[in-house]
Amino acid sequence: MAMEITQVLLSAQSPDGHTRTLAEANLKQFQEQNLPLFLLSLSVELSSEQKPPESRRLAGIILKNSLDAKDAVRKEELTQRWVSVDPSVKSQIKESLLRTLGSSVSDARQTSSQVIAKVASIEVPRREWQELIGLLLNNMTQPDAPAPLKQSTLEALGYVCEEVSPQDLEQDQVNAILTAVVQGMNQTEHSSEVRLAAVKALYNALDFAQTNFENEVERNFIMKVVCETTVSKESEIRQAAIECLVSIASTYYEYLEPYMQTLFGLTANAVRGDEEPVALQAIEFWSSICDEEIQIQEEFGEDNGESSSPHSNFIKQALPTLVPLMLETLLKQEEDQDQEDGVWNLSMAGGTCLGLIARTVGDAVVPLVMPFVENNITKGDWRSREAATFAFGSILEGPSIEKLARLVHSGLEFLLNAMKDQNSHVKDTTAWTLGRIFEFLHSAAGEYPILTATNLPHIMSVLLESIRDAPNVAEKVCGAIYFLAQGFEDAGSSSSMLTPYLGDVVSALLSTADRTDPSNVRLRSSAYETLNEIVRCGSIPETSNMVAHLLHEIMNRLSKTLELHIASSEDREKQGDLQALLCGVLQVILQKLSNSNETKPIILQSADQMMILFLQVFACRSSTVHEEAMLAIGALAYATGPEFAKYMQEFYKYLEMGLQNFEEYQVCSISVGVVGDICRALDDKVLPYCDGIMSQLLKDLSSPMLHRSVKPPIFSCFGDIALAIGEHFEKYVPYVIPMLQGAAELCSHLDVNDDDMQEYGNQLRRGIFEAYSGILQGFKGPKAALMVPCASPLLSFIEAVVRDKSRDEEVTKAAVAVLGDLADTLGPNTKILFKDCTFHMELLGECFRSDNDQLKETATWTQGMIQRVLVS
Amino acid sequence: MTPQDGRRPIKRSTVSDQQRRRELALVRQAQQRSDSQNRARRLASSVLALHSSPEPALPDDAIEPERAPEVDWAQTEADLTESEAPVRDLNVAQASKLRGREARRWFAHQLMLPEWMIDVPPHLDRDWYVFARPAGSRCFVVSSNGTTISRLRNGSVLHYFPSSLPNGSRTRDMSGPASSYCILDCIFHEPNQTYYVIDMVCWRGYSLYDCTAEFRFFWLNSKLAESGACNPTSTYHRYTFSVVPIYDCDQAGLHAAYTSVVPYVKDGLLFYNKHAHYQTGNTPLALVWKDNYCSEYFLDTDSKGLVPTQQQAFAYSRKPVGFDPSFVDCHQVTKFAEAISLSVYHVVLEIQDDGRLTTSDDPPVVFGCVEADFIQKSGLRAGNLLRFAVRDESVSLVDGKLEIGDLQFVSKANRARAFADSYSKVRKKIDLISP
Repeated sequence: MAMEITQVLLSAQSPDGHTRTLAEANLKQFQEQNLPLFLLSLSVELSSEQKPPESRRLAGIILKNSLDAKDAVRKEELTQRWVSVDPSVKSQIKESLLRTLGSSVSDARQTSSQVIAKVASIEVPRREWQELIGLLLNNMTQPDAPAPLKQSTLEALGYVCEEVSPQDLEQDQVNAILTAVVQGMNQTEHSSEVRLAAVKALYNALDFAQTNFENEVERNFIMKVVCETTVSKESEIRQAAIECLVSIASTYYEYLEPYMQTLFGLTANAVRGDEEPVALQAIEFWSSICDEEIQIQEEFGEDNGESSSPHSNFIKQALPTLVPLMLETLLKQEEDQDQEDGVWNLSMAGGTCLGLIARTVGDAVVPLVMPFVENNITKGDWRSREAATFAFGSILEGPSIEKLARLVHSGLEFLLNAMKDQNSHVKDTTAWTLGRIFEFLHSAAGEYPILTATNLPHIMSVLLESIRDAPNVAEKVCGAIYFLAQGFEDAGSSSSMLTPYLGDVVSALLSTADRTDPSNVRLRSSAYETLNEIVRCGSIPETSNMVAHLLHEIMNRLSKTLELHIASSEDREKQGDLQALLCGVLQVILQKLSNSNETKPIILQSADQMMILFLQVFACRSSTVHEEAMLAIGALAYATGPEFAKYMQEFYKYLEMGLQNFEEYQVCSISVGVVGDICRALDDKVLPYCDGIMSQLLKDLSSPMLHRSVKPPIFSCFGDIALAIGEHFEKYVPYVIPMLQGAAELCSHLDVNDDDMQEYGNQLRRGIFEAYSGILQGFKGPKAALMVPCASPLLSFIEAVVRDKSRDEEVTKAAVAVLGDLADTLGPNTKILFKDCTFHMELLGECFRSDNDQLKETATWTQGMIQRVLVS
Repeated sequence: MTPQDGRRPIKRSTVSDQQRRRELALVRQAQQRSDSQNRARRLASSVLALHSSPEPALPDDAIEPERAPEVDWAQTEADLTESEAPVRDLNVAQASKLRGREARRWFAHQLMLPEWMIDVPPHLDRDWYVFARPAGSRCFVVSSNGTTISRLRNGSVLHYFPSSLPNGSRTRDMSGPASSYCILDCIFHEPNQTYYVIDMVCWRGYSLYDCTAEFRFFWLNSKLAESGACNPTSTYHRYTFSVVPIYDCDQAGLHAAYTSVVPYVKDGLLFYNKHAHYQTGNTPLALVWKDNYCSEYFLDTDSKGLVPTQQQAFAYSRKPVGFDPSFVDCHQVTKFAEAISLSVYHVVLEIQDDGRLTTSDDPPVVFGCVEADFIQKSGLRAGNLLRFAVRDESVSLVDGKLEIGDLQFVSKANRARAFADSYSKVRKKIDLISP
């Protein structure tokens, strides 16, 4: 029998903190003591019409949260608890939930439909609660069913479709859902609330409709209903209907041909005349079509359009009318739109779509856009000038460089002058356009050089002046400098063209980072990031003096952050952000200077001071480590080599803290990478720290909380450690080998149809191979015998991976290398194994045919090792 | 308003520097991991070749250096033809670029080290070369990148200098690609500051590891001089290089190698099997012979500072004074002498109270003398008959009378012997052998 919990639920929403805390504690205690009764009581509360809406609502929310959580581990735990609840209790709860769909209290209905979906998400994949869909559909077909019941039933159907995946439902269930939903959209029969719920349910159900879309009659019917709904009286329904079209555009692209004429008309009307949210969806429809066509072009190649690819060239066909439609939207800017990053309005959506159109059709877009640019760019009204510039900037990616280079040459001077426009929007967009020109067209080594000795002085003087403009303009200027520097990378001797300006650029960027404008946060990070690119792309030794100066300046700035007055957590956060940027610059400098023997001494001179700073940055926080400082320390360890040993004692606790950081998995991942750097720097001097590191890494691997992406690098890291400490790795073998074998086992169970899983599988395989490689090479000599028992399973695993077609080249390389390591370290012990298998011949053959030199080299070595074993 | 489903506004900055830094750091780490694993592979395989499997877990891998006497020659040569050519090509090309500690670790294991000749290989005359080893330190000389570096057996740098070897100095206008390099197996001879090239491992980037000694020596003799490396020194060529005369191992060749005058101080004889490839570490396909005639340095130590047991067999003194007879393995010496047909013969002399060594004539002819100390130590008594080796070269006729400059104690004479050799018998033996 359910417990009476109304009062506790109301107290839990009390404005009085003490009452609230007490109530929450009571609820928690109840939940822990008797979960089935707790859940049942909540469902009774939710379904009782005589209870206050507030307690019913909270009961529903608590019920929902008892079934689902964002965190995957917690979610699985909750699922298991629900599964183990007595079936009779569960069926009472489900009955209450379904009953609540007809409640007169809308909060209760809505919450209930969400809880139903959560229960379904657990039970339907287990082939339980199979009657659910039938019961819901029943609500729809009863002639006297009240509108609120229908609305919440449709919502429940929509949520269920969102929660479960298509293979969990039978086709007849899908058909019934679609029928119910499409009927719910019928204008003549239903209230607007019911119709809106129906359209939203359809949006969620579209993923289930593959079979129905393959059938022309059903497809025609669905499309007809959706199209009709796009012209409903209610804008919310129109918007939801076009959202369905957007989803259809990406899911059922290949079936769209017959409807495109109609769809163009509908969306064009919406773009031109409808309310902004509807118009934005209509633009999104075309952006989605572009996405599809770009993806098809990438997959099938552009010339293959005629025969095998499913490309329908919708964009190309619609181009003459589509481009003017988008150009019109560009003139619908909002005042102050540039103050906010990622603002989304008609103009922005239109420009974004135009950019996608350019990427889809290439050169064909140019003649349709250029007259608009030329007509508007000189007009008195800022909207015209901004729209013209925006249009030009939008089409710089896609058309041929040859075609664009000519346009840029004739327009560059104009754009540079426009940086002095009286309107800030125009300047913002002009700076952005310059950035796009440098990003896509400028390459010092390219065939059509955009930057020449003649125009560079003017460009640089404009950029250096405009970087002092309003923050939004300055930020775009930083972007332009970023790409300008990038285009000079790999330029060889011509990079000296930029070198004379670097001093001014660097000081301009440093002062930009110091600006105190109110909205300087983004500007500051842009300035430092641009600085990083300048350092990365500069050629050593030409820029080594400049970088050395910068190193000291940044260290100076970092040391100043330690003196900042910290009064609040906000101050602490600001300090951390600034330290992140500065450590980022140091990392880039370290990496740059350690690449060459001539510049390495610059690092070594400052290594002590730098390390002290990093340790102080770590000390600014108590529970987490600073990711950027960690990243920089990895680069420092690489640069200093064995000298790094003297920092280890101080640094070790932070390293351990980083390795323990499950929540911020990026931090954990970077710390794992730093362990590798340290192993390579210290070699066997890392030994005293290995017990601690290894036990932490093993804990990480066993933790279900840690993001899975960190696990493959941990395996590789085992290899790094083994290689560094050689035979001392012996004591970890009993722990590590089972982990490796478990992971190898896991690889064979990953879902091959899931791209993400496939990629993860490849990372995992590579990590496993790298671990074995390090251990085998480290054990070479007296300890080799320890690995003899692993030889046969490892060889089988390599074979399984080699036979798997989804492996990528990195995996292949790691596989062929570990094969050689096996032969190299275990020698004649592996003779029988190699004699008995043939796959390595195929693998070696494949590697020799590859055009990757590293792969060939490794394969050659491996072949030698195996041959030696075979003749032994 | 915000865009739907992650549509990125075109004006929004595409740059995520933090992600980029992470990715670049990962790329760097992956590259370094791959580098250090590759290094481990190279180093490790050379270590294996050197140790030739000391670990019991891998019993039948290659040949143990210490095992020596009963080498199955046919088997060994068969193994050589199955060599791992690609491994060495890879190793050498990369090794020539190594610097610092890595280079030390690598070169410490790369020399082909001869075994002591304690057994005479079959077909010595047909299949082997012999030459007089110059006294000095074995080293690898690597020329690459406009500089030349010589490294001792332990990998440490001996000299860092410009040379006329291909790519061995910065000034030379290079006839090959910039990447070309040479690796020579040399002995640095202090007295005349000369590198004697005794083997050629790589020439202008072309690896000779898997070439036979016959070819390597041919190549060495034809290429080295061409490069100008044998020219007198200059600013850009700090040390001169030289080849040594190499002989076929027939009687004439042996004789020449053993006795002829060379511009350097000799330190034993080196024997190279003509068909052998360059093999790192100890190999029975290169042998060294040292005795007190052809070497001033007949004591060598191994890496632990101990005298190798085989070598002790040859540690006998020029004069049988202060010499511990237990060290002598007379059987081996005799066998060697016979096999190489050196002009060595034995005489049996009687030891007198005062240590003089005499013939059986009356009056006895004195050929030498041992110190009382030696007699005491070795437990010899007056009247004992002792076998001595006599070398042709140490014999001279003074006023028609035979004098022996150098008597080498071999052993006590056979018990069956009743008398020492007579003067005439000694003369006769010498006459038989001397031209």
